[in-house]
Amino acid sequence: MPPAASPEVAAAVADAHRREWAFVLAATVRVAGDIDSAEETVQDAYASALSTWDERGIPANPGAWLTVAARRRALDLHRRAATARRALPKLLDTSTDPPGGADLDAEAFPDDRLRLIFTCCHPALALDAQVALTLRLLCGLSTADVARAFLLSEATMAARITRAKRKIAAAHIPFRVPAMSELRDRVDGVLSVVFLVFTTGHDAPSGDGLMRRELADRGLDLARMLRALLPGDADVAGLLALVLLTGARNAARQDAHGELVLMEHQDRSKWDRTAIVEGVGLLREALASKPPGRFALMAAIAAVHDESGSWEETDWPEILGLYELLAAAWPTPVVELNRAIALGFAIGFAEGLAVLDLLGADPRLARYPYLAAARGDFLVRLGRSGAARTAFDEALILAGNDAERRFLQARLAELAG
Amino acid sequence: MPKYLLMIFQEEVATREEAGETVSGDYQAFMQRRAGSLVNGAALEPPESATSVRRDGSGGFSVTDGPFAESKETLGGFYLIEAADLDEALEIAKEVPAGSGVEVRPVRVAS
Repeated sequence: MPPAASPEVAAAVADAHRREWAFVLAATVRVAGDIDSAEETVQDAYASALSTWDERGIPANPGAWLTVAARRRALDLHRRAATARRALPKLLDTSTDPPGGADLDAEAFPDDRLRLIFTCCHPALALDAQVALTLRLLCGLSTADVARAFLLSEATMAARITRAKRKIAAAHIPFRVPAMSELRDRVDGVLSVVFLVFTTGHDAPSGDGLMRRELADRGLDLARMLRALLPGDADVAGLLALVLLTGARNAARQDAHGELVLMEHQDRSKWDRTAIVEGVGLLREALASKPPGRFALMAAIAAVHDESGSWEETDWPEILGLYELLAAAWPTPVVELNRAIALGFAIGFAEGLAVLDLLGADPRLARYPYLAAARGDFLVRLGRSGAARTAFDEALILAGNDAERRFLQARLAELAG
Repeated sequence: MPKYLLMIFQEEVATREEAGETVSGDYQAFMQRRAGSLVNGAALEPPESATSVRRDGSGGFSVTDGPFAESKETLGGFYLIEAADLDEALEIAKEVPAGSGVEVRPVRVAS
């Protein structure tokens, strides 16, 4: 075994892994010819960085060093296996960029991350496969980490990723930025994947914790990556704004014991002002496009909360108006639920409750714990504690994670007391 | 260049109505426009003309009347096409004037 790298080198490699993985991998795919061998050579490059940087020092541009190393190794493998490979179906048409192009040692490589993003989030792949590939190939998470994030066994996740890669190869899903005519839809698909990564981390649908911080952080990384690659896109600005403005409240969402704290009772001094300022700036840009996209509208709602000095000062009529715009363009049951809650605070709890009761008939919300929890909350505010208890009991059965369950149990205990 | 099989699905009623007709103008226009990509293709007789031959698992066969999988939508025809990649294949598939839609399957390359 090689001697362990110094802490500085280990930290530099870990940092380069977090920040440069997608760039290095994307730059290697075209030389390697397929994603699998590109991944292997990039992993080798990171491994060799540990020993080489220890001996020769950390390079000025770690990303470029890793890219050169990975591409050189890919080219090497390519030559050695040329005969065997000729018989295999090729993932990529490398005819325009033959392996071992002259730029192998150049300082600057084309930024191929967008191509890689569009391959991972291709609509011909199932959504769960798009999410898994995005975390694996763009964030560089190990299969075990991706599996843990979704509370699946490593074998299940490995099979899902392998199946997706096989489809990319067999169906010739291209490594390319889509044509202008398709770009809008395809960007929207990518944004949905990134949003799903973020929300799964932010409100864990199962497990013991309220959040899966790792996943929420990766959602932010991905949104930032997209913003850097598509700087003029209003929907991308909207998504990054939403992620920042929602994530800004993270430190206040749980108390010292890990118990859930509703926004009403959060210590607003713990909210991340830097994230809010950045998010509001992006939001302005996103709202300049007409009509505003769904992420921009959701971000605008988050911004109204973030910029309110206290719960009592919340501008509910403004929030209700934004939910109405959102519901007009994206009439999903969850948007309708949130609109009903805003209605309760803006107009009156009885009116809000009436809409919540109507939504109770929607089968798509039958297993959605937040509907029962919202009904319970409005019933308490209306002084109907018996009916509130029934609603919280229902929410408790449906609740996804332990933090939410403990919160509901506490509310039930209050009602009993 | 990769090859794909475009399987054209339509509601059974539509299949029956179209049976016996000559190739429609829509299909003719499609085939002219995409002549460079089409390798082969055909329309099929309606599903009630189908016969399924299944292995019975003990070396024999069972022969039954009807298509292999019962569904509202049935295979009405196919094209074998050549395309640069899946995106181009999907673009061509969208142009097929099919009743319900098209399933796009890559043709396996012998290794």
